[in-house]
Amino acid sequence: MKSLGSIRRSFAPWADASAKPYISFDNITKKFGDFTAVDSLSLDIYEREFFALLGASGCGKSTLLRMLAGFEAPTSGRILLDGQDLAGIPPYRRPVNMMFQSYALFPHMSVEQNIAFGLKQDGMAKADIEKRVGEMLKLVKLEQFAKRKPHQLSGGQRQRVALARSVAKRPKVLLLDEPLGALDKKLREETQFELVDLQYDLGLTFIVVTHDQEEAMTMADRIAILDKGEVVQVATPAEIYEAPGSRFVADFVGTVNLIEGELKGRENGVARIEDGQGLTILAEDAGDAAPGNRVWFAIRPEKIKVSAAKPDKTDSNAAEGEIYDIAYLGDMTIFHIRLDDGRIVKASTMNSARVSQELLTWHDRAWISFRPDSGVVLTR
Amino acid sequence: MTGSWTRFNIVSIVAGFAFLYLPIVLLVVYSFNESKLVTVWAGFSTKWYFELFNNRGLLDAAWVTARVALVSATVATVLGTLAALTLTRYTRFHGRVLFSGMVFAPLVMPEVITGLSLLLLFVAIGLDRGFVTVTLAHITFSMCFVAVVVQSRLLSFDRSLEEAAMDLGAPPVKTFFAITLPVIMPAIVSGWMLAFTLSLDDLVIASFTSGPGATTLPMKIYSQVRLGVTPEINAVCTILIAIVTVGVVAASILNKRREVQRQRDAQAAMRS
Repeated sequence: MKSLGSIRRSFAPWADASAKPYISFDNITKKFGDFTAVDSLSLDIYEREFFALLGASGCGKSTLLRMLAGFEAPTSGRILLDGQDLAGIPPYRRPVNMMFQSYALFPHMSVEQNIAFGLKQDGMAKADIEKRVGEMLKLVKLEQFAKRKPHQLSGGQRQRVALARSVAKRPKVLLLDEPLGALDKKLREETQFELVDLQYDLGLTFIVVTHDQEEAMTMADRIAILDKGEVVQVATPAEIYEAPGSRFVADFVGTVNLIEGELKGRENGVARIEDGQGLTILAEDAGDAAPGNRVWFAIRPEKIKVSAAKPDKTDSNAAEGEIYDIAYLGDMTIFHIRLDDGRIVKASTMNSARVSQELLTWHDRAWISFRPDSGVVLTR
Repeated sequence: MTGSWTRFNIVSIVAGFAFLYLPIVLLVVYSFNESKLVTVWAGFSTKWYFELFNNRGLLDAAWVTARVALVSATVATVLGTLAALTLTRYTRFHGRVLFSGMVFAPLVMPEVITGLSLLLLFVAIGLDRGFVTVTLAHITFSMCFVAVVVQSRLLSFDRSLEEAAMDLGAPPVKTFFAITLPVIMPAIVSGWMLAFTLSLDDLVIASFTSGPGATTLPMKIYSQVRLGVTPEINAVCTILIAIVTVGVVAASILNKRREVQRQRDAQAAMRS
């Protein structure tokens, strides 16, 4: 993980205008009868990228993956892999492999036979197959389970076999359909890091489909948020979280407070927003919103300060209310504060000290406040 | 309350088993009868079994039945499996409803009608009745049973197994033989066994479609019984019962063992 951090910081081919995309979805539409699963979608993915397709079920993310694997054909549009149009190439001739959500392990074959299956199809020499299978078993730490059948394995072990089988052929691109969906929470968190390490070590391009935003945030270099068959935003996890492009994205990833108001004017790059109920917001990051626009100020709960004492400055970015709900999660505490005008604002505080100096409890009067650079102004 | 041995429970169990098995027990007991008269007990003897092995007619019939059953069960299994595959996989072809209806109609069709219509067909096309026609007839009706058994397995088959195989580089035909077939094999085997048993049992359709030289065992037994039941027939039937019983018991023990082994493996996997 040490090396990963520094490497990742310099890894940004999407920001490089001269970089050539490795996989291109070019104006792809897929219809199932009257239902449009994917709607004129275009997307570029770069070599060695760990890319996540994130969306609720039915948003078209799995269909996109299945079109890349060759199980579905696009109704219109092209998919390019390394410059080659994939149209008409059957799944068994595509240089991509897929890890299935159900793992799809062959029940009548042992672990090593499962892993060797793809290699055999390539007509690889027997000795080479044995060597590669050995490497793969070592990679996923299942050496002593080589002779077992899938039903003799636990869920986590099956997941590893599926992973080993799908990377055994060294595909150009590995597709992962909800790869961790069937694991319990703790195992899922461990496996997320293992997948990232594996992807880095093998130098492959990974495309993962998930509905779990935490999973996407942990693993991916970039995330595409999909909604109703369209890409809503493509960006790095930090950009998605801190600079969402729309209310949908802000609300889909993480928790957010959306305060509606009117942009009154700008002064030295700082926008002044009034919500018409007495709250004035000064925001630095106002994008292209113009005075007179109806806008939404989006601010994450952890960027709101809660205090019993009145802040120094109360004419902007501050409001008073009453503590309405408290959720103590151990590492942090979440407050729901009912402002005097009735709106509920969510705020969270890290419990970085074991004993809190200032104890706030239900029905206490409290102030919320935030800095001008803590939130973003959205026009959509 | 449940599971206790009340008097009512005992009586109903005894009565139920007696109703089901008394005739068979009687048949078996009388096969060891010394007397030539079936209904008069004259001491224990196995002489009818030895007699049986000198009865060419019965032995020939048994041989014909075995051949018919083997061939028809095998062909019916291939055809039935293909039908099941078509019906579950290609769900949107033209005339699917008609086809599936027609495949399953013989299940409820009175045997007399199946037999009669096959007879008419064979006569119409000038096919001499004998081994071939009985076998064809048996294929026709047992194929539907195979199709039903295999289809129910295919409906619960995880298609992503096939997709995974193709994704790993296996073309469709290879995928079918390397993945689909082995996975649905148990259903195909039980389909075959069902077809085999149906063919072994059949009297009505065989009577319509068989000819000289191709008398099956059920036909032979039936014709002999019309002339009077001999202990020899009891002996044949006892042997048939023994074969079927051994087959059924062996199959269920094997199944049970595999199931227990599977559960043990799964538990071991969860612990590790």
